[in-house]
Amino acid sequence: MSTGEVAIRIRSVGHQFGEAGEARHVRALADTSLDIVRGELLCLIGPSGCGKSTLLNVIGGLLAPTSGTVEVAGKPVHGPMPHDIAYIFQENALLPWNTVDENVRLGMLFQGVPKAEHAARAQRSLEAVGLAEFADHYPAQLSGGMRQRAALARALSLQTGILLMDEPFGALDEQTRMILGEDLSVLLARTEKTIVFVTHSLGEAAFLADRVAVFSARPGTVKKIIRIDEPHPRNPAFVTSEKFTTLRNELYALLHDEIRKAVGSEAPRGRRGANGGAP
Amino acid sequence: MARRREAMERLASRAVQIGFLLALLASWYAATNFWGVNHLLLPNPVAVFHQLVDVLKTGQFLPDLRVTATEFAAAFVLAMTSGMLVGCFVSRSRYWVAVFEPLFAGIYSIPIILLLPLYVLFFGLGPASKIALGTTISFFPVVLSTIAGFGHVDRTLVTAARSMGASDYQLFRYVLVPAALPVILTGLRIGFTVALLAILGSETIASLAGLGHHIVQLAESMEMARMFAYIAFVVAITVLLNGLVSHLEARGRRHE
Repeated sequence: MSTGEVAIRIRSVGHQFGEAGEARHVRALADTSLDIVRGELLCLIGPSGCGKSTLLNVIGGLLAPTSGTVEVAGKPVHGPMPHDIAYIFQENALLPWNTVDENVRLGMLFQGVPKAEHAARAQRSLEAVGLAEFADHYPAQLSGGMRQRAALARALSLQTGILLMDEPFGALDEQTRMILGEDLSVLLARTEKTIVFVTHSLGEAAFLADRVAVFSARPGTVKKIIRIDEPHPRNPAFVTSEKFTTLRNELYALLHDEIRKAVGSEAPRGRRGANGGAP
Repeated sequence: MARRREAMERLASRAVQIGFLLALLASWYAATNFWGVNHLLLPNPVAVFHQLVDVLKTGQFLPDLRVTATEFAAAFVLAMTSGMLVGCFVSRSRYWVAVFEPLFAGIYSIPIILLLPLYVLFFGLGPASKIALGTTISFFPVVLSTIAGFGHVDRTLVTAARSMGASDYQLFRYVLVPAALPVILTGLRIGFTVALLAILGSETIASLAGLGHHIVQLAESMEMARMFAYIAFVVAITVLLNGLVSHLEARGRRHE
């Protein structure tokens, strides 16, 4: 955050699925421009289907946008950049037939880390997420929260400057989410990674982010950016502070209209009929 | 407690199964000893047992077993390699899957045993026609399960591996193959069973040697007790082999 150097430069990125006129045609993302600064944690938040995950996939090179460009570390993104970017998915991205340790090592094998470094780096990253004792467990033997810690360890072992997280705690219960969020904040303070974090949770965004990019309803674009000046690691007490509540309310107010819009377009016909068809 | 009750229930159903087989054996014995069933139609189980001991002791079964085992091994290995290779290649493109999967499934549903007369014409009465039939029959479950296995790999795993920089080979070796393996193993087990069926069946229909051939010869010369002994011998071998294959399959899918 200190240098202000741009890590990810997003310029007029838009994306549509399918061609205009087709049944499956969806304009997911409209003309989005955004600079993500080195070392910050930027949360993307918005109504379902607003294109925030699409934008994340575009940044990660997993999806080529229909228009616009993304630059990572000054290089245009044309595909996965395993040396610059590590990805954490919502769930089930660990290979179920490999142990936690093997999963971490395979990540390094794919990225091209010399074999001699695997053991030490795997050990270190598993310790960082508190999973060292579970190195020889299979994913099915772990809780959902521990599986996400393992996925985080795998991403950390790749030692990339950027971490993209697509609703990483989305499938977890509230308490587990909270603890993982706190741990992530601690980790972030230590590693100075640039993190782009997609979430549905206002509280998660307010607690974790240095900046929150609020998306409009589909086709999504950044409606407003909110800065949260609170150093990492963030104290759990931050959640109960007035500052946090104000932020959360501000995000809620911003999102509320957009969510109404997104849901309104899918509202059941019967409901409208009951209102006598009045708008 | 729950585990113990489960074990008891399993034991109970095992007892019923064994009891059923024993009852069958007992009524066989009763039918031939007391109910006057003709021994030319149904030999006495004791006589069959003596014949079985004799067959095993003299090792008379060895040449036929060798023929059958060779035919079976050749057919299964051919079907396994060709089925998995074709399955792999077809799986590389969604278009090929859409074209070939229904085609293979359709051919698999017709009685392929009807090809035997054709294969005998092509390859003669020797092992070659048996191998051809066994290969044809067991190719389909293998190729279909290979396509199904590769078709149902979790996309997230593939995307995750790609995002970490996995090469095509690494993706195949560390993600696609392990993900598809449980389904492929099931196909291999089915292929194994039907290949054995095809080999033994075709030996009884038209052949020069093999266990199936020998069983038909004994039937034709009215040596019923010895024929039953051979059947018992073949049944024992297939039960053993199928048990072994099921065990290997279960080991292969232990992480599910």
